[in-house]
Amino acid sequence: MDLTLLSEPDLRLIAAVQRGLPLTSRPYRDIGRRIGMDESEVIAAVRRLLELRVINRLGVVVRHHELGYTANAMVAWDIPDDQVAEVGRCMGSFEFVTLCYRRERRPPAWPYNLYCMVHGREREAVMAQVDHLARACGLDEMPRAVLFSGRRFKQRGAVYRDDPDRESAA
Amino acid sequence: MDALEKRLLDDFQRDFPLVPEPYAEIARRLGTDEATVIATLERFREAGVISRVGAVFRPHRAGASTLAAMAVPEDRLQEVADLVSAYEAVNHNYEREHRFNLWFVVTGADDAAVRAVLDDIAGRTGLEVLDLPMIEDYHLDLGFPLQWT
Repeated sequence: MDLTLLSEPDLRLIAAVQRGLPLTSRPYRDIGRRIGMDESEVIAAVRRLLELRVINRLGVVVRHHELGYTANAMVAWDIPDDQVAEVGRCMGSFEFVTLCYRRERRPPAWPYNLYCMVHGREREAVMAQVDHLARACGLDEMPRAVLFSGRRFKQRGAVYRDDPDRESAA
Repeated sequence: MDALEKRLLDDFQRDFPLVPEPYAEIARRLGTDEATVIATLERFREAGVISRVGAVFRPHRAGASTLAAMAVPEDRLQEVADLVSAYEAVNHNYEREHRFNLWFVVTGADDAAVRAVLDDIAGRTGLEVLDLPMIEDYHLDLGFPLQWT
């Protein structure tokens, strides 16, 4: 979905709900007042943006780090090109996988072509999830690299670009 | 955390009620009242447990971006990380435990703009920069189930 195809009211609504719904009795009405829409128009527009998948989900945005989910790993796998889409869809269907992408390989230094992000309270839990994923998607023999995160040098989500509370996207 | 707080965090990461009084609807499902739901969410937000109640957007498809990786000698990591972070085009920059220990996302108006940033970083640091553009996204962000044990 290219955002340039959205209407001006949709863009105003996106800017308003991106910062969050107000914690008031009638949050859609209150957002509508700020951007010149009535309550039913706001609800209908949000529903449409969800259907178009411009909005991925609407709800409570939890900050995992603050809840003790301090271990996170990017797992890179080397999957045969003719299987990668199927494996990617398998991995992407697990709720504990927060990102799953196919990317270009750069052999020999970097032979991997499928990435997923796994979060946990501790390393052992993350490694157990990775093993579970490998078994469930039939990847026990597939080469992989598990890269736990260290220092966060910069984290900034550009408006519309990606969710500032999430790890990485590109 | 009590049972109500856990359910409030777990059960409403997606499919937030699209009705005029959504917090009252949540309260009805959890067997409590609207004021308790609102007060609990306010407390979560102040404590940083949630960032907001709101929309999570799909990554913007317009423009170009890539994931980049560098294998930086340990004694230069901070210096190189600072150099990379200083670019306006870089919006995430992380250390990871691997020979490739610096990972960052570069965005730009088009592929040439992104490539120019990667080349500039390689030139200034004397280090190779892997360019790992996305081919396909398989993930459906449906929220994240929390484990309370």
